[in-house]
Amino acid sequence: MADATLMAVTIAPPRAGLLKRLVRHRLSILALVVLAVLVVGSAGAPWLAPHDPEELDLASRYAPPFAAGHILGTDDLGRDVLTRLMFAGQISLAVGIAAMLVTVVVGFSVGAFAAYYGRWVGTVLMRLTDIMLCFPSVFLLLFVAAFVTPSLASMALMIGLTCWMEIARIVYSQILVLKSADFIAAAQMVGAPSWRIILRQILPNTMAPVLVAATLNTANAILLESYLSFLGYGIQPPEASWGNMLTNAQSDFQVDPWLAVFPGIAITLAVTSFNFLGDGLRDALDPRTAGR
Amino acid sequence: MSEVLVAAEGLARHYRLRGGRTLRALDGIDLGIGPRATLGLVGESGSGKSTLGRTLVGLQPPTLGRVRFEGRDAGATDPATLRRLRQQRQIIFQDPSGALNPRMTVGDTIVEHLRVQGWSRPEARARAAAVIERAGLQADFLPRYPHEISGGQRQRVVIARAISTDPAFIVADEPVSALDVSTRAQIMNLLRDLQAERGLTMLFISHDLSVVAHMCRDVAVMYLGRIVELAPRAALFRAPRHPYTAALLAAIPLLDPVRERARARTRLKGEPPDPSAVPRGCRFHPRCPRATDICLAVDPPTRALDPGHRFACHHPLDPA
Amino acid sequence: MNAPAPALPLLEVEGLSVAFGRALAVDGISFAVARGETLGLVGESGCGKSTTALALMRLLAGARIAGAARLGGDDLLALDEGAMRERRGADIAMIFQDPGTALHPMIRVGDQIVEALHAHLPLSEREARERARALLGKVGIAAPEERLAAYPHEMSGGMCQRVMIAMAIACSPRLLLADEPTTALDVTVQAQILDVLRDLVTETGMGVILITHDLGVVAGMTDRVAVMYAGRIVELAPTVTLFARPVHPYTSGLLDCIPRLDSGWDEPVPAIPGSVQGAMDLPGCRFAPRCPRASAACAEVPRLREIEPGHLVACWNAP
Repeated sequence: MADATLMAVTIAPPRAGLLKRLVRHRLSILALVVLAVLVVGSAGAPWLAPHDPEELDLASRYAPPFAAGHILGTDDLGRDVLTRLMFAGQISLAVGIAAMLVTVVVGFSVGAFAAYYGRWVGTVLMRLTDIMLCFPSVFLLLFVAAFVTPSLASMALMIGLTCWMEIARIVYSQILVLKSADFIAAAQMVGAPSWRIILRQILPNTMAPVLVAATLNTANAILLESYLSFLGYGIQPPEASWGNMLTNAQSDFQVDPWLAVFPGIAITLAVTSFNFLGDGLRDALDPRTAGR
Repeated sequence: MSEVLVAAEGLARHYRLRGGRTLRALDGIDLGIGPRATLGLVGESGSGKSTLGRTLVGLQPPTLGRVRFEGRDAGATDPATLRRLRQQRQIIFQDPSGALNPRMTVGDTIVEHLRVQGWSRPEARARAAAVIERAGLQADFLPRYPHEISGGQRQRVVIARAISTDPAFIVADEPVSALDVSTRAQIMNLLRDLQAERGLTMLFISHDLSVVAHMCRDVAVMYLGRIVELAPRAALFRAPRHPYTAALLAAIPLLDPVRERARARTRLKGEPPDPSAVPRGCRFHPRCPRATDICLAVDPPTRALDPGHRFACHHPLDPA
Repeated sequence: MNAPAPALPLLEVEGLSVAFGRALAVDGISFAVARGETLGLVGESGCGKSTTALALMRLLAGARIAGAARLGGDDLLALDEGAMRERRGADIAMIFQDPGTALHPMIRVGDQIVEALHAHLPLSEREARERARALLGKVGIAAPEERLAAYPHEMSGGMCQRVMIAMAIACSPRLLLADEPTTALDVTVQAQILDVLRDLVTETGMGVILITHDLGVVAGMTDRVAVMYAGRIVELAPTVTLFARPVHPYTSGLLDCIPRLDSGWDEPVPAIPGSVQGAMDLPGCRFAPRCPRASAACAEVPRLREIEPGHLVACWNAP
């Protein structure tokens, strides 16, 4: 994953023609298209899917792709793989995006609070952030997951709560710079309350790097959800997620390797697309490349 | 000074540095600015002039002493007084780019400034349009972003924001230093007009004595957190009493090649001093051509020989 | 001081143009600097004065440069990179506005000066150190021995600028480009630095191009002045003449709009209306939209013409 913290701390003017500059980044446009297809396919699954996700076709179990009316074949119970992929995408993408929102809210709050109020509160919060960063988030996640009944909401919350640190650090460093800007002084002078200064003056100026980090976090969250589900701590069958489809495929790998390929491809596509989109956003939002 | 709008009484602002040292940005300031008066404040970098300005408008609390506004302690915390203080005191910053939120339009910047003070949105919008025009810009500047307008125009926006609350007192902290020469005069004239028209009381901070001469009737000279001389401009520029004031004046190049070259080169030794290491005795003595033993030992008290002209020096220059 | 256009110029710039992409920053300017002469290059931000200096030093990456700049028989703009590197420091040197960033922050100033000396002179380490100490003394640094061991952050802005000057003159260049050398400094320190520069010019006889927006500095330091507006020279004259009889409306407007310490306190300062924004795109005279004397003739580009010996003006409506 690209390191969003390396982004320069800058107070940048609003970027006119953001879309135009994003277009120039060909890979991120491709990523955007892929993501659109994935989102439409998943969200529209109840209407678009060729079969019912629970429908068993015991006559044609382990069907290869394009056999017996199943475009991507069937699984061990004869369920349509494409249909299940689409429904699983609902879960995986929803968890990814919800977890991302959690990282943004928590990361921004911690970073903003620490930087804006400073003193010992800030020191404590940022040391806490550093400590959290020291643990690999997968272990942290597995530890928590062992005690929690998995659901879409709990997964998103768990992943979000173990991945907000990077955003907190970005926001922290941005605000430290912004805090001494004269326009903040002007707002303080007329007695604007801190929450108002943070929301109206500071937030819009930190959006660019946060947006980039959020995009990358979405990719990361999708990946983490797959880990968890793969390891059995995530979404439980019969409900499908890309991760637990992989788990199922594992036992049948000798019989039907296709079962592992398609969820794998879905995860890879989603994750790389979000990563490319993040890279593209970073270039498009970077004031140093704005004029080019 | 009989009637005073803003006053500093024994004002000090100290910063604790690493290693236990103390930076004395302000070190005992007594000052009164009368209503509708404009006081110029000059000094080198590190003299504390910006800190004084920010303390007078309440952006920073003093470490010692107090600021009085309309006779009352400006450190008061009751909501009614606070509201009035925030509306009555405004500041104009040196760098107009840093003074405006890059992600807010000109209009939003002014509207937000007023909304915070309890104005309704439609009222604030109407007010923004009015003050932006008073600052010399058309209403079609309201939807623009700071990076879409020139430096001089940005400074006009900052001025419009400052006058939007209809203040009585404005601190202008180097308002023209970041501007191009040809824009400078425009902004100076705007500030002069506003001051006259609204009866503003102004503290005009600048390192440029010529700018101050055109903006202010009285001028204070700061050195290392102290006011070393304060006088009406004619007296200060034509017959300075403090050697530091004289040295500052001598360092300004004249706009006349013939006279400039004929001028004697009397140069101040040394560099602008470090406010975290204020010398004992008279703080100016290490650079002073007139320093004697007493200057090394005794901090000179402030004296007032002529009315309205005070200075702190053991060996003042003759008023000739 | 009243030098007319020099007979035997040290540097002769002809038709210098600099373009970044499609944007023209300097538009065909010509001037000369004599030995021992200080030429002021005056103008507001964006007028092309710094770009001119950087173009002469060949320090502009990604710019297209046209024209010629002859220094001692060679065209600086035509030299290959290797030859140019030999010239920099030895023949032509430059000092910058912000001495804090122009010095390497992690290297002791003594070592930086020694390195500048080694670049062009065959000196032993001891000779170079000795020379470095002498240079610091020459630019007015007290206790040069101690200062050699200091890092830039341990010194004030004025001190750093003195070190920059010492480095620039280390190999006795024939031409010094000083780009706003005192803008970042306090007036008292500015006066000291200008004294140092003035003494060096008298002593070494080097030519100086002093780039500044401050006409007061120009008045005290220069022999001749070129006033630039939006990439072009609009007036070029001996300093005394320019201050006494400015002819171009921009020059006189500039001189009028500077607040003076000695007069006119209660009158409004005459301002030049408008701003320079967009002037680079104008087809004719670029000052016309702000000019009180603009006429139909200004749709054509005015060329510099000599109205009295050594006094050149680019204006259709100049008397």
